[in-house]
Amino acid sequence: MPEQAPIEKEEYNITVYTENHVGLLNRIAMIFTRRKINIDSLNTSPSEIEGIHRFNIVINETEEVVSKIARQIEKQVEVLKVYYNTNEDVIWQEMALYKVPTDVIAEKAKVERLLRENGARVVVIRKDYTVFETTGHREETDNLIKVLQPFGLIEFVRSARIAIIKSSDGFNRKLREFERTEPGQEVVENEFLNSREKVFSM
Amino acid sequence: MLTQEKPAPALPETATVISGGQALLHALTVEGVDTIFGYPGGAIMPIYDALYDFEGDLKHVLVRHEQGGIHAGQGYARSSGKVGVVFATSGPGATNLVTGLADAQIDSTPLVCITGQVFAHLLGTDAFQEADVIGITTPVTKWNYQITDATEIPEVIAKAFHIARTGRPGPVLIDITKNAQLQKFSFQGYKRCDHIRSYRPKPIVRREYIEQAAALINSAKKPFVLWGQGVMLGSAEQEFKAFLEKTGIPAAWTIMGAGALPSDHPQNVGMLGMHGNYGPNVMTNECDVLIAIGMRFDDRVTGRLDKYAKQAQIIHLDIDPAEIDKNVKTTVPVWGDCKETLPLLTQLVEAKQHSEWLAKFREFEQKEIDAVIREELFPTSEEMTMGEVIQQLNELTKGEAIIVTDVGQHQMVACRYAKLNHTRSNITSGGLGTMGFALPAAIGAKFGAPNRTVVAVIGDGGVQMTIQELGTIMQSGVDVKILILNNQFLGMVRQWQELFHERRYSFVDITSPDYVQVAKGYGIPGKSINQREDLTGALQEMLAHPGSFLLEVMVTKENNVFPMVPQGCSVSEIRLK
Ligand SMILES: Cc1ncc(C[n+]2csc(CCOP(=O)(O)OP(=O)(O)O)c2C)c(N)n1
Ligand SMILES: [Mg+2]
Repeated sequence: MPEQAPIEKEEYNITVYTENHVGLLNRIAMIFTRRKINIDSLNTSPSEIEGIHRFNIVINETEEVVSKIARQIEKQVEVLKVYYNTNEDVIWQEMALYKVPTDVIAEKAKVERLLRENGARVVVIRKDYTVFETTGHREETDNLIKVLQPFGLIEFVRSARIAIIKSSDGFNRKLREFERTEPGQEVVENEFLNSREKVFSM
Repeated sequence: MLTQEKPAPALPETATVISGGQALLHALTVEGVDTIFGYPGGAIMPIYDALYDFEGDLKHVLVRHEQGGIHAGQGYARSSGKVGVVFATSGPGATNLVTGLADAQIDSTPLVCITGQVFAHLLGTDAFQEADVIGITTPVTKWNYQITDATEIPEVIAKAFHIARTGRPGPVLIDITKNAQLQKFSFQGYKRCDHIRSYRPKPIVRREYIEQAAALINSAKKPFVLWGQGVMLGSAEQEFKAFLEKTGIPAAWTIMGAGALPSDHPQNVGMLGMHGNYGPNVMTNECDVLIAIGMRFDDRVTGRLDKYAKQAQIIHLDIDPAEIDKNVKTTVPVWGDCKETLPLLTQLVEAKQHSEWLAKFREFEQKEIDAVIREELFPTSEEMTMGEVIQQLNELTKGEAIIVTDVGQHQMVACRYAKLNHTRSNITSGGLGTMGFALPAAIGAKFGAPNRTVVAVIGDGGVQMTIQELGTIMQSGVDVKILILNNQFLGMVRQWQELFHERRYSFVDITSPDYVQVAKGYGIPGKSINQREDLTGALQEMLAHPGSFLLEVMVTKENNVFPMVPQGCSVSEIRLK
């Protein structure tokens, strides 16, 4: 192999459309664990189409590794489609919830300013505690932790990342085509192989 | 595929109330299953109870260990091209399948394994003989599924067979809880499956890549074909031969591909990889276009990857898109079933002869004969070599036998030297390298190809891993020729210790029982020889014997298999000694 500069790892968003099948999460997770790759974030939820689920998986790896993993995932019987994208190619969000004691926050914090500055909302206000919510990138949700820490933060939770692919033209239509016994070529084709011209050099 | 449909036994078309176990067996008959390798136990008893009534339609071979059962299933699948079927009970029965599943997964062998499971209401309670079989087998199956309700059985079994045999084949495991086996339900008949919406067994053939591949091949001065088991899995032996003969390209095989083209075909230049032939390894780094067909560039084939065929343009034909660019970056990816892609390619390539280029391979072959092969096959030393045993076997079988090998030196020697006239004649554990594979796999191979002679070539180490399957031979009466090449060592490990660990022979000295006595205990005749003059006669006796026969040949203790591409070296650094 000609001497190459070390290839940088970066964050990749892997989007997987699957059947709703017991054990599939394990099958997909094993593709990562077998290669000792850590999953940074994993979201799985029903898609807009009945019976089809969508995974969003975030890992930090080189494109070469990610593309091979994506093919291994797509090879699983219950997987319909896999896409992978860098952060530039997606719009993504994480949601976070923060629970703080109501008395402290009401007394000491300028609540209104705090909410505005962090794009947060109040979800619940009770005598004993208040729950704020914010969505955004990691830095944004992190930021509010720092802000709320002095006010006696009781509990914090952050969701996995969900991401929308910027160039996802016709996704919904393609997915619906899977229902047919004889779907069209673009659905049958493996997406990576289709885009090989871009991905691989002749 | 090759699975034949046959009429199901006495079950009416209209809905009938039957048990889950009966539904399963009915499904198997419709799938054309004729032989099951299995072992009963508590959690699979309702299925075995139903089996009692299917005796005429489904032959059940009682093995002596579930690992033996699954290797037999593999042998059956490999010799017949059909799906191998294996039964095991829950817990320990199921966990005993794991090695065979991993072996079948890495060697793309179609299997459907049925395991019993505890009652659904006991799942997760650490019930007696409960093991998380779905969890354990997920990484070693193409697909697995747990059935907890009998009504799922017809559809799931149909899916299981479809997945096991289509695309890149592989093992499927279906775990059925005992309640589902017992449950009576209204059976609506069994329909074979030919479509699963999320499953695309093979990618669509792309014309432009066929054209690019043909252009590359037509302009090549030194083209070289590597083929693997994919040619056989795709039943594309004829298409492959037609392509080769039109292009005149020399072709070499991986051990999984051995036999897809007869050994004596003029364009067959031999075996690839760590203990492959000299020419094919060296020429890999000399050719200008490398055409890989149904093979996956295993590290035992490629040696050091960053020095592998860097000068060549690479065309890769494979049914599994995940194999393209996995280990070796291709110039042209011809994905698809090679049964379809090869004829398209043959149409577009120019008829050629590469006589000079082919002659180069023969020059290297001559060097290898002088340095290694002559002495191995026709030794001047006093003690017998493994190679001469295989050579004598070739003389007697004329290449007509199925050779099943275990793992180690004898495997490499058998694969290198066995003459194979027919496809599906070399059955070996290639990807996983599972010692103990050969004896049970040979049993299965014979059931899968009853009209052929099956010879199991096994080391003195490996035979002791699954020797209990002599009991299966005894009881089923199957005719398997067992050829033990006894070097009194775990030879392959010893070879590495000699070459790379300063001859520090750490636990490779292995003793053997009196195999002839052991066989006798199982009612199998046998013989042990240590003199050259007895070899031909003993092999003749083994082959002529009606029924199984065990022949132990004492061979020289410290022979090494050469040539060898040492680990971490490039294929062109192959050593002749
Ligand atoms: C189940 C299993 N355990 C260990 C090994 C490692 N191994 C590979 S070859 C070999 C020696 C095999 O000895 P034997 O069966 O006598 O064959 P020989 O090499 O002597 O021909 C061993 C231990 C293996 N391949 N499989
Ligand atoms: Mg040995």
